[in-house]
Amino acid sequence: MAGKKEPHIVVKNMTLAYGDHVVQQNVSFTVNQGDVFIIMGGSGCGKSTIMRGLTGLKPPSTGEILYNGVDFYGSDEFGDRIRRSFGVMFQSGALWSSMTLAENVALPLEQYTDLKPDQIRKIVSLKLSLVGLGGFEDYYPSQISGGMCKRAGVARAMAMDPEVLFFDEPSAGLDPVSARLLDDLILQLQDSLKTTMVVVTHELASIFAIASNSVFLDPETKTAIAHGDPKKLLAESNDPKVINFLTRGQGKEAVHA
Amino acid sequence: MKTEPAQTAAVAIEHPFPDTLLLRFSGNWRIGSRIPSLDEVGRQLPADGGVKKITFETAGLTGWDSELLVFLTDLKRQLTDQWIEVDPTGLPEGVSKLMAIASAVPEKTDTGGESPHKPFLTRVGEDTTAFFQTVTEMLAFIGDAVLSFIRLLTGKARFRRVDFVALLRECGADALPIVSMISLLVGLILAFVGAIQLMMFGAQLYVADLVGIAMVRVLGAVMTGIIMTGRTGAAFAAQLGTMQVNEELDALETLGIAPMDFLVLPRMLALTVMMPLLCLYADLMGILGGLVVGVSMLDISLAEYYVETKNAIGMTNLWIGLFHGVVFGVLVSLSGCLRGIQCGRSASAVGEATTSAVVTGIVSIVVATALITLLCNIIGI
Repeated sequence: MAGKKEPHIVVKNMTLAYGDHVVQQNVSFTVNQGDVFIIMGGSGCGKSTIMRGLTGLKPPSTGEILYNGVDFYGSDEFGDRIRRSFGVMFQSGALWSSMTLAENVALPLEQYTDLKPDQIRKIVSLKLSLVGLGGFEDYYPSQISGGMCKRAGVARAMAMDPEVLFFDEPSAGLDPVSARLLDDLILQLQDSLKTTMVVVTHELASIFAIASNSVFLDPETKTAIAHGDPKKLLAESNDPKVINFLTRGQGKEAVHA
Repeated sequence: MKTEPAQTAAVAIEHPFPDTLLLRFSGNWRIGSRIPSLDEVGRQLPADGGVKKITFETAGLTGWDSELLVFLTDLKRQLTDQWIEVDPTGLPEGVSKLMAIASAVPEKTDTGGESPHKPFLTRVGEDTTAFFQTVTEMLAFIGDAVLSFIRLLTGKARFRRVDFVALLRECGADALPIVSMISLLVGLILAFVGAIQLMMFGAQLYVADLVGIAMVRVLGAVMTGIIMTGRTGAAFAAQLGTMQVNEELDALETLGIAPMDFLVLPRMLALTVMMPLLCLYADLMGILGGLVVGVSMLDISLAEYYVETKNAIGMTNLWIGLFHGVVFGVLVSLSGCLRGIQCGRSASAVGEATTSAVVTGIVSIVVATALITLLCNIIGI
C-alpha cells in the first residue's frame, strides 16, 4: 500500500480502570486511514476493555482518544457524531433478540436517516447479502447459528457505511473454515470500502492473514509494548513476550525451521 | 449389569532395605471402593526413623482412577514434610505422569478468594456503604428517567412505535384474564367476610357499599399493582437483564441510542398508561364478585345492589383509585427496568434481577399505598 496514510484514530496515554483495578495504563497508538489494525495480547490483558474505551462504552480515567483530530470524550455533541461514524461487531453478535435480522440492520438507518421504509429494506438486503445472509431477512437471531449471528452482526455494524469498523474477537467460537471466511470478509470489505478496521483478536492465523498494523498489550506491565505490522514484528522484534505470543510459545527458530 | 469381582483395595508395606519402604498396591483403587487410610502407612513410619525413600510396586493393581492419585498426592505431601524421597518408578505410567503434572505448578495461596468470615463491624460497614450506593443508583436512575421523558416531550427521544404497541398489549390486554380472576375473587371474599358481620345487624345491604368503596378506592389498584409486579415488572427485569448479558445494551449505546430512551421509556409509558385502565377493570370485576354474593346469598335484588353501589362510591373514590393506579404503574415499571439495567453479566444475575424487581415493586406499592392513604386522610377526602 503506497503513499503516506493519514492518522484516523489516535490514542494518547489512555488509562482504563475498573474502580481501583487498572486494566491498561498509558497506552498510546495510532490507527491510520485504511488500516486493518489488530489489538492483540494474551487472554485477560484488557483487549476488549481497550475496545470498549475506543467505542465509547468505557470512558478512560486519563488520556485522550482522537477521531480525525477530534476528542471523542471531549463533548457529547462530538461524541454522538463520532459514534455515528463507526460500527461495532460484538463478540457474540449481540443482535437484538426481539427483532429479525432485517430489523436489526435497519434500526440504525431508521434512527439516523430520513430514508423511506422501501429504501431501507433495499439497503438492508444488500448488507445482508454482503455477509452471505441474503434471504435470511425475516429470521430471528435465535433461529440461526452462532457464525451466522456474527456475520449478521457485521452487517448491522456496516449499516450506516461507517468510516471505522470494530470487531471484537471475530473468530472466537467459530470453526477454522468459518473463521477463515470471516477473515476473508473483513479483507474484502476493507479492500472495496476502504474502511478502517480495528480488530481485537488473539488468533494468530487471523492476525497474520489480515493485519496491516497492530498494537501488542502486555498484561504484566499493563501497557502496550509493541506496535507495527505483526509480520514485521515477528521478523524484527527482540521482545521475548511478543515473539513468544506470535510463535505460540515456540520461539523464532521453530517457526523458521 | 455385571459387577466386577469384589477386589478390595489394599496396600502392603514391606522393608526390602533398611532405609527403604516398599508399598505394594493391590486390588481396585477406584472412586467408591473402600481404600485403606493414609494413617496406616503413617503409623509404620515413626517406628522406622531411618526411612529415606519410598518405592512402589503395583503388579497386583487391577484398576485405578483419581482415588489412587488423591491417596498418593496426600502421601507425597506428608512424606515431603518429613524429608523422605518418593520414587515414582514403580507406579503405572499414567499415574506418575499425572502426579508430575499436578505438582508442576505450585499451589497458589493468594488467589484472592474472600474469606467467608469477616468481622461483624466490617460487614455492617460494607452493608451500609452498599445501601447508600443502592440509593444513589436508584436516584440517578429516576433522574435519568425524568430526563428521558423530557427528551420525549421535546421530540429527541426515539423508540420504535411497533415496540410501544407490543408493550401496550403486553401490559394491558394480555393481563386481563389474570386481573379478572383475582379481582372477582377478592370481591367475593370481601362480600363474604363483610356479610357475616353485617347480617348480625340486619344490614346486609351495606355489603354493596363495603365492596364498592374498598375495591374502587384502594383494593382494585393494589391487587392490580401486585399482579403487574409479578407479571410485567419481572418480565421487564428479565428482558433487560438478558439484553445486558448478551451485550445488546452495549450495541445500542455504541450506536448512540440511549437504552433509557429506547427501552426503559416505552416500558414505563406503556405500564403507566395501561395501569389505571386495568384498575378500572379490576374495580368492575370486584363489584361483580360482591354482586354475586349479595344476590345469591343475601337476597338483595340486582337493582338494589346496583343503586346502593352507585350511591356509595362517588367520583372522589374513583379518582383516588385511578391515582393509585398511575403511581403503581410508575413504581412497578421503574423497579423492573432499574433492576434489569443494573443486572450483572451472568445467568444467575438475571434471576437475581427478577427477584429483586418483584420485591422492590411490591414493597414500593405497599409503602405508596400507606402514604397516599395518609395524605387523603390529612386533606380529608
